[in-house]
Amino acid sequence: MRLTDHEQEMLAGGHGEAVARAMDLLVRYGEALGAERLVETRNVAGAFNASTPSVREIAEDSLDRVYSELNLDSDDTIEIPHVAVPTCQLITGIDNDNFAKQGVDPDLADLQLRSERYLGKRGINLMCTCTPYQVGNVPVMGEHCAWMESSAVIYANSVLGARTNVEGKESTGAAALTGRIPYWGLHRPENRFARHLIHVETEIDDMSEWGVLGYFTGFAVEEEIPAFEGLADQPSLVKLKHFGAAAASSGGVELYHMPGITPEAASLDAAFGPNAKPSPIVYGAVERKRTWERLQNASDRKLDFVMLGCPHNSIEQMALIAELLDGKRIHADTELWVHTPRAIRQVADRSGYSEIIEAAGGVVMSDTCPSISRKVPPGTRVIATDSAKQAHYLPAIAKVQGWFGSVEQCVNSAVAGEWLGVVQ
Amino acid sequence: MSDAQAKPRVITLHGRKVVGGKAAAEAIVTTQTISGWGGINEREGSVIELRHELNGKSFAGKVLVFPGAKGSSGWSAYWHMLRLNGTAPAAMIFTRMTTKIALGAVVSRVPTITDLDGDVFEMIATGDFVEVDADAGVVTITKR
Repeated sequence: MRLTDHEQEMLAGGHGEAVARAMDLLVRYGEALGAERLVETRNVAGAFNASTPSVREIAEDSLDRVYSELNLDSDDTIEIPHVAVPTCQLITGIDNDNFAKQGVDPDLADLQLRSERYLGKRGINLMCTCTPYQVGNVPVMGEHCAWMESSAVIYANSVLGARTNVEGKESTGAAALTGRIPYWGLHRPENRFARHLIHVETEIDDMSEWGVLGYFTGFAVEEEIPAFEGLADQPSLVKLKHFGAAAASSGGVELYHMPGITPEAASLDAAFGPNAKPSPIVYGAVERKRTWERLQNASDRKLDFVMLGCPHNSIEQMALIAELLDGKRIHADTELWVHTPRAIRQVADRSGYSEIIEAAGGVVMSDTCPSISRKVPPGTRVIATDSAKQAHYLPAIAKVQGWFGSVEQCVNSAVAGEWLGVVQ
Repeated sequence: MSDAQAKPRVITLHGRKVVGGKAAAEAIVTTQTISGWGGINEREGSVIELRHELNGKSFAGKVLVFPGAKGSSGWSAYWHMLRLNGTAPAAMIFTRMTTKIALGAVVSRVPTITDLDGDVFEMIATGDFVEVDADAGVVTITKR
C-alpha cells in the first residue's frame, strides 16, 4: 500500500505508540483487502464499550487493555490517547437505567459506567445507539466515514449519500486514532453503481412491508448493489431504516439506489452507470407472501415477549406505540420492551409517551437491544417483533420462537397475550 | 476401486495471500456465506444460524472453505473472539472479498487465501485434507 509521508510517520511511531499500532492494523487490513491507499475520514462510529461478559476478563487487566486488544488487535497494552477525529459509540449491551430488568449482573453494569468515563475522557461521544443518524451524527453527501453497524452503514450510503464500508471494532478503533481507513469498496465512486434491478409489482406502504421488501432484497442480491423501480409510495426515515436493516441482515447489502428517493442516482441509467442493466428480479404478491412466511419462525401463539425498536425507534414510532397502548394494559404473561436512543427517550418522556407505555406495563429501553445484550425476560419461549432484522437474529441468539408483524399486530398481541398476526 | 483411481488424489491451486502463515487440516466446506454476530457461537467455533447448511457444525481447527462473510458488522469481533477462545479455524479459503472477511481474517490471524485459480467448491469436499501455505499462495488438496 502507498502511504503518505504523514501516514509513514504515524506508522513509524512519530505520533505515539497507540497511533503506530493503529496504522499497523490499517496496513494489514488494507493489504488483506488489496487496497492501494488509505483515505482521510473525520467521522467514525464504532463499538468501544466494555459491556459483555467476555470483555470482563480483559477489563480486569485495564480499560487500555480492552481498547488495545479489541479495538487495535494489539498483543501489548498501550496507553490510549484522545481520539484524532470525531468518533461515536454505537449500541451497547446494557441499558444504564434498566439493567436489572434486563437481567444484567450489576458488576457488569458498573463496568460499563467505568468504561464510559474512560471513553468520554478520550473524546468518544456516547450516543449508544445503532442509529447515530437519528441523534446528531448525520454525514453529508460524499463524506468518507468509517462506520460499523450494518443498518447504519446502509442508511448512510444509500439515504444520505455518504461513503463507508461496513467496518469492524478493530478498524474503527484504528480510524479513531489516525483519521484514516482503507480507500476500498464503497469509498470509490466506480464501485457504487447498481448490479441488480428489483422491479416492485406490489404496494409497499406500511413500515412492515418495507421490512419485508428489504428482507427479500438481501436474499436476492446478497452483498451486491440493487436499484429499484415500481415503488409508488414516498418512504420516510422510519421505513428506509427498517428496509435497510432487513436487507443488511438477510444479505450483506451496504448500498441501494431508489431513483427519485435516494440522492445518488436520479434515474435508473444513473444508478447503473457503466454496468449493463440486468433483467429485473420481480417482487410481486407471491414473493411478498413467501418472504412474510419466511420471517415466521414460530408455531406457538402464546406470547411471552414483544420487542419493538430495532433499529432504535424514532420519536414518531414512540408516539405511535403510545397511541396504540393508550388506556390499555399489556397481558400479565407478556412483556413489552420498546427501544429508542437515549436522546429520543428524553423527548418521549417530555411528550408523555414513555408514561403511557409504562402505564400499560411496557418498558422503555435505551442503549441496547435483546440481540446485542443476548437478554430477554426470564422464561421467554415465544417472541414477537416488528423488525425483520430482529426476527432474523433473535430466535438463533436467544433460542426462542419468533413471530414477525406490523407495529399494530405486535402491540395488539402484547395486550392479548397471544400472537394475533396473520400473513395476508 | 477404478473410480477412485480415475480422479486425481492431490490437487494444487494458486491464489492471493490475505493473511500469511501455513496450516494443514481437514476441510469443512459450505457454499453459503456465514454471519458473525448471530451466526456463530464463538465459544464453540460453530455455526448457529437456523437455516444454514452448517447449522450445529464446528469449524474449529479445520480449514474453512466458504464464499465469505455476511450480516452484521460484529463479524471481525466474533472472529477475534474465536482466536482468543482457541476455537478459530486452522485456515480459511474464501471467494468473495468484503471488509468483514478481510478484517476478520486479519484479527483471527489464521492463514487465509482468496482468488484461487480453480472452483474451490468443486475441488474441495468436507473431509478432504487441505494444506494452506498463504505466504506462497498455494493450496494443496488431498482427496479423501
